[in-house]
Amino acid sequence: MTVKSLPLLTPNDFSSASEVRWCPSCGDYSILSQLKKVLAVLGVPRERFVFIAGPGCAGRLPYYLNTFGFQGNAGRAPALATGVKLSNRQLQVWVVMGDGDALSVGTNHLVHALRRNVELKILLINNETLGFSKGQASPTSRAGTLTKSTPAGSFSTPLRPLSLALAAEATFVARTIDVDVNHMSEVLEKAAAHRGSAFVEIYQNCKVFNDGVFEYATDAEIKADTVIYLEHGRPLLFGKDRNQGLRLNGFEPEAVTLGHGITMDDILIHDERAEEPTLAFLLSRLIGPQFPECLGVFRNVQRPTFHQLLDESFRQGSEPRPLQALLNGDESWVAA
Amino acid sequence: MATHEHPPIAKPTRAASSQPKSSGVVRNLDAATICFAGDAGDAIQLMGTLFTNSSAQHGNYLGTEPDPPAEIRAPTGTLAGVTAYQIQFAKHVVHDAGDLLDVLIALNPSALKHYLGRLKPGGILVADSDAFSPFECQKAGYAEDPLEDGSLAAYGLLAPPITQLNRDAVSRVKHSARETERCKCFLALGLAFWLCDRSMEPALRWIRDTYDKNPVMIEAATRSMKAGYHHGETCGAPVTRLHVDKAAIPAGRYRQIDGNDALALGILAAAEATKLPAVFASFPVTPAGQLLHRLCEWKQPAVTVIQAEDDLAALNLALGAAFGGALGFTATSGPGLSLQTEALGLAVMSELPCVVIDVQRAGPSVGMPSKSEQSDLLHALYGRHGDCPLIVLAQSSPSDGFAIVLEAVRLAVRYMTPVIVLSDGHLAKTAETWQVPDLHSLPSIERANSTQNSRDANLAPPWLVPGTSGRERRLGGQEHDDATGEIDFDPANHEHMVRTRALKIAQAANAIAPLEVVGPASGELLVLGWGSTLGAIRDAVENCRRRGTVAARAHLRHLSPMPRNTEEVLKRYRRVLVPELNAGQLASVLRSRLGVEVISLAKTQGRPFLASEIEAKIESLMQDKTS
Repeated sequence: MTVKSLPLLTPNDFSSASEVRWCPSCGDYSILSQLKKVLAVLGVPRERFVFIAGPGCAGRLPYYLNTFGFQGNAGRAPALATGVKLSNRQLQVWVVMGDGDALSVGTNHLVHALRRNVELKILLINNETLGFSKGQASPTSRAGTLTKSTPAGSFSTPLRPLSLALAAEATFVARTIDVDVNHMSEVLEKAAAHRGSAFVEIYQNCKVFNDGVFEYATDAEIKADTVIYLEHGRPLLFGKDRNQGLRLNGFEPEAVTLGHGITMDDILIHDERAEEPTLAFLLSRLIGPQFPECLGVFRNVQRPTFHQLLDESFRQGSEPRPLQALLNGDESWVAA
Repeated sequence: MATHEHPPIAKPTRAASSQPKSSGVVRNLDAATICFAGDAGDAIQLMGTLFTNSSAQHGNYLGTEPDPPAEIRAPTGTLAGVTAYQIQFAKHVVHDAGDLLDVLIALNPSALKHYLGRLKPGGILVADSDAFSPFECQKAGYAEDPLEDGSLAAYGLLAPPITQLNRDAVSRVKHSARETERCKCFLALGLAFWLCDRSMEPALRWIRDTYDKNPVMIEAATRSMKAGYHHGETCGAPVTRLHVDKAAIPAGRYRQIDGNDALALGILAAAEATKLPAVFASFPVTPAGQLLHRLCEWKQPAVTVIQAEDDLAALNLALGAAFGGALGFTATSGPGLSLQTEALGLAVMSELPCVVIDVQRAGPSVGMPSKSEQSDLLHALYGRHGDCPLIVLAQSSPSDGFAIVLEAVRLAVRYMTPVIVLSDGHLAKTAETWQVPDLHSLPSIERANSTQNSRDANLAPPWLVPGTSGRERRLGGQEHDDATGEIDFDPANHEHMVRTRALKIAQAANAIAPLEVVGPASGELLVLGWGSTLGAIRDAVENCRRRGTVAARAHLRHLSPMPRNTEEVLKRYRRVLVPELNAGQLASVLRSRLGVEVISLAKTQGRPFLASEIEAKIESLMQDKTS
């Protein structure tokens, strides 16, 4: 798909005429601007990008990008996007969903798009609240979250989006955060390069309804102790002095400090290419304050894509019959 | 069946022993209906197919309807395990398998119990007397052997020991007992050929072709079928045989086709006629699932098939494909259509060409999945939130599925709109004789607005296909500015868009055929139908005419918008009768949209109309001219 002689695109080429209207300080501004930067360097002609979204704050994003865009009903974006990709496999199809959109209304479609391994880049912009509906609890709201729909605090167990994506057999699973722009670009570029369904959770701060919910991962003072940046083939270390790490005790993960008999040999090594998603799943379940949370690529494996399998299944069995032969059927007769 | 292991003592052919001989008499008919019924293991579908082929070779128009058992695997000999195949063969065009039977072949008591109610008084009843042991009779709920208790006196009963006759016929062929029993169907079929004055030759040829690696089976099956035919000739049964002359069929290639297969072929032909890729996305739901099966089986490069996770996903997949520049198709039924309601709104709002095929079944909710109804009409016309008009068409006979899909696609790409095609479970499984079209003779379908940036004369918006440089644009379910597609909630803009979307659909009436009347151009009574009732209405009006009661009839294929002349046509008659398989939905639409008072004939039993039911209504209306 990459054409070397393309005119170089700049982030500005991806700005649409629409006035961007998110709340001041919304994390979506950062996501939009990183996306424009990444799209410009992918070597894909602008008209081949398609952005599919639902309604909601995240769903406005396609309107702010000067690519082809289609905004459907809440939750259905993965199904719409799969249809787009089936119509023309030359297109690079991105899906932008919020947590209410993807995990309340559209969980079913999301799971099936991932398991089919259609070449979609799915961005889950997670702010742990239904922002566009004016701030009710979302399926990812932490226990105890006070909202209009949970005045005594949210008590349903929150979904962990990456655990769900892994259970749905996703081949690329990553997490990044709105304020860490370099990390976000890096993750988005890797997602764009992935052949298959790529799922990226982006922690996003909703200034109005759920402000500060990811502060532990953004506050320069503490984030070294609360975040592990995943690097393939490297030990899972964290802390200002990088003297803390993760080890396994039986099936249980433990956060430990090096020394006192604990050595680097005890620390888990990250392997995003592991055939089985066991380690990725374990990492996807780590949440604070007991554990640092992971940012980066959890899983990045190759499995035949939906289109590859579709082509393969088409080649199997007998050759397609000419349409006229199908019209005639097997039992036709001729009246003279 | 149990009787195979413990064969009862062969009984004599009862009709032959008790009544005078008159086997030479043949009655000429314009059309006749036969039904083969038996247990799931009795090869009923094979018998039906071979009888159909023979009748086709004879030169008749045919309507056929397989009736599979209600359960996937039912216990042998029970009512739940009865399977049947009904065939109408005629000198004239027929659209269905007929309603009342001239001949019933019942291979066990349960089959008799299940189908006897459909046999005309005086009709021919063939029963395998070997299968009517007390045990088998009990399974069907008969306290007494119905062949013996005089309860069948109203019919021409022929009850030979078919099981035993078959064993005798193949006794000299060396094969297993199981293979012997497999030949029983050929004996019954031979008898049916004699009764209906059909040639055995096409079926014998089928046997030779099918078992070409198994000469023993060829010999056994051939002997069995001939024995059945000769039993008819020699038993001296007092039944009157039937004869239906060949029809005056125009030259050409013909086949039997059921409603679902015709729809599926229509989808393939539409991709060919538009030279566009197509995506068919569907969740398998009875009775629409066959479309998914067929399109997978007939794999064609132009049509990508995907099994969706649910019906709502299916329409979103189709819609995504339409956004991407392909024809989007889905097929659904029952609650699946309810699920698709949300996506239909998006399809109307985003003005993308896609086709929803709704093979209606009896509802609401899960309803009766295997039973037919026309009760989704109001849902198709109005079942969306917001002011949300779209085009609705109805398939009126099995083979019409092919043409109606082409019509749906023609309108979808001309007006950039979703189109709902209403079929139903009855059309889905009924097959009729179809003159196979030549692919090269199909008119090509042009996309109306592929180059402009604004609406064309038909109010169709441009189809801005991703991949086209310089036409990057956003589309969606939110109200938007007509020219730019950008979100716009301005009050005047919304009103303008609501009107524009409605006007576009209303103006599609310019591109559809006027409503045609068969019979008097004005007068006392018009029978107006839509969808699968065409066959029953036509037979009813024709039967009345033969008796001297003359009514006109017309049939709607376009339900939204309706043909321009609909109101004018209806007002030419003093009364309008609207038979439909729902609680009167079209009748209420005609009243509210056209302000025309109509008489509703509603039926909601999960079964199609019998022509006689419509005839009775026509007769009573024509006698009571005062009301």
